[in-house]
Amino acid sequence: MNLVAVPEPPSSDISGSSVIEGSSSTAVVSIVSASKSFGPVTALDGLDLSIEKGRISVLLGPNGAGKTTAIRMITGALSPDTGSARVFGLDPAGPDGQTVRRRCGVVSAKPSLYDRLSGWDNLRYAAELYDLGRGTSTDGRIREAAAMFGIEGSLDHQVGGYSTGMKTRLALSRSVLHDPDLLLLDEPTSGLDPESAFAVLELIRTMTREGQTVLMCTHLLLEAEGLADEIVVMQKGTTLLAGVPDELAADYWPTPQVRLSSPDHHALESLRNETGVTKVELASGSAVVDVDDHDRIPQLVAALVAAGAPVTGVVPFAPTLEDLYFAVRRDRGDSEGQDDIRPPEELSGRPARTLPEAA
Amino acid sequence: MNWSRTLTVARTDLKQLAQAKDFWLPMVVLGSLFFVVFPGILLLTITQIGQVDVIADISDTLDVLPSSAQEQIEGQSPEGRTGYALAVFLFAPVAVVIPLTISTAVGAATIVGERERGTGEFLAHSPAGVREIYLGKLIASLLPGYGTTVVGFTVYSMIVNLTVGPEVGGWFFPTAQWWVMILWVLPPFLAICLSLVLRLSARVTSTAAAQQASGLISLPLIMIAYSQSTGALLGSGAIAIWLGGLAWIIAIVSLNRGVRSVTRSRLLGVASGM
Repeated sequence: MNLVAVPEPPSSDISGSSVIEGSSSTAVVSIVSASKSFGPVTALDGLDLSIEKGRISVLLGPNGAGKTTAIRMITGALSPDTGSARVFGLDPAGPDGQTVRRRCGVVSAKPSLYDRLSGWDNLRYAAELYDLGRGTSTDGRIREAAAMFGIEGSLDHQVGGYSTGMKTRLALSRSVLHDPDLLLLDEPTSGLDPESAFAVLELIRTMTREGQTVLMCTHLLLEAEGLADEIVVMQKGTTLLAGVPDELAADYWPTPQVRLSSPDHHALESLRNETGVTKVELASGSAVVDVDDHDRIPQLVAALVAAGAPVTGVVPFAPTLEDLYFAVRRDRGDSEGQDDIRPPEELSGRPARTLPEAA
Repeated sequence: MNWSRTLTVARTDLKQLAQAKDFWLPMVVLGSLFFVVFPGILLLTITQIGQVDVIADISDTLDVLPSSAQEQIEGQSPEGRTGYALAVFLFAPVAVVIPLTISTAVGAATIVGERERGTGEFLAHSPAGVREIYLGKLIASLLPGYGTTVVGFTVYSMIVNLTVGPEVGGWFFPTAQWWVMILWVLPPFLAICLSLVLRLSARVTSTAAAQQASGLISLPLIMIAYSQSTGALLGSGAIAIWLGGLAWIIAIVSLNRGVRSVTRSRLLGVASGM
């Protein structure tokens, strides 16, 4: 049901340039105008990305947006064709790449585990590659990392027999084994039960409180909403929008909105004359009203009641990340890949939001 | 270059191989057949069945061997001389073919296997350098083949000495040329073969393709190794040393060039023109 057009967003938000240009010396990751192609396929197309220290940044975007390529570029696993990538002030694809990679913990979209080895051997392998060495202190560190994700009881078993959730938890354990400064998580809660997913998100919060930086890709907008200090919406290898979710939403929807439902069409229309009302969009049985302040809402309800109109619904609009994400993508006139983004109602069971929708 | 990481990569690969019964069981069967069963049966038959026409015929054929080889043959009886010739000269190629076959099979799957399982992503993001990964994979591919040869060769030596030894006056095997071949000639041929196979493994898109392509590459190499090792055993020791030296030079050059084939983008499976 199309109720109202998405307000024109400020141009600076869409480009994301306000965030990029504002990147300071605390930026752990700084990718500038990076492009990367694989034959005829362009994975990144002038990507700008700045990740601040101690923050949780979430990359959002449909499949093929370039999220995984961006993560691979951060560790130096891939180098940009043009543009530059700096991580901890170093070039990850250059001679300093080893230093960068030692300070990064990565969880790939697929767990990337050795099925024929036990969980313990998988973690030990990582410990040795990350120069933790062998010995009792490393063994203790392995047990500690496994316990963080509740997988310590299965370390002796061959990974090939693990469930998907167990594999994800083992991959998460492996990523934090060497106490990385930067954690790069590509769909980290994929395949996890709700309790485990919650534990992972809590751990991510804890890590950032301890000064670590997290960059996470996810399709779960609800998950991102509760977690992200900053979001980066990517599309076709470039940044569509970047910034703090609340600030972006406030810029995108500068005036409060409320949907008032009543069968009295005339009463709804007469709301245009109320003080503080800047816009009224009428639909069958309801109206979306823009007001200059949330405090006007009781006044509007009172006006409808005074006009003898039965009020069947009052829904103030508090934009979520989901609203923002889809609004931005609709505004760009691109709905490709939306199917792989799961709106929050799929997770929470609450009804889909009807405000705002593009005309 | 961090050797600790290299050995970690090799050790982990070997541990996975040890877990793969479907891989090492055929390997053991192959080694047993060519190092134990076939030579054991043949040599026991020759030395135990006594003076028969067949042995006399085989003994006559020893005349076609080069004089340098004929001079090496010990034993007075036809059984002893035949047994000695077969033990020293006939099974020489086996010591080359077995390790090359096994190492090629392991090496072909090693890098493309990481990519297929998705574990290449882990390696690509890890601090391990591509040279460390390459050498780790090389060691992990080389050891099963060479290890099988060393074990098989030891068992073979015992069989040969127990069956033919009494006919030629005591323990005689391994001969000097065999030592040169196992320690000096065989390793570089293995390295050359593996450098090519690993390059293939880094470039192809599936283990099946790697196996097929590496078969095409390794077959001529196996034939060359076969003929050269036979020649080395039949000829003088100097030939074997020169041959081994040349093979080492080629191996070092080939290994050095092979390092370039492993890149992080290939571990991820996203390199264009793989």
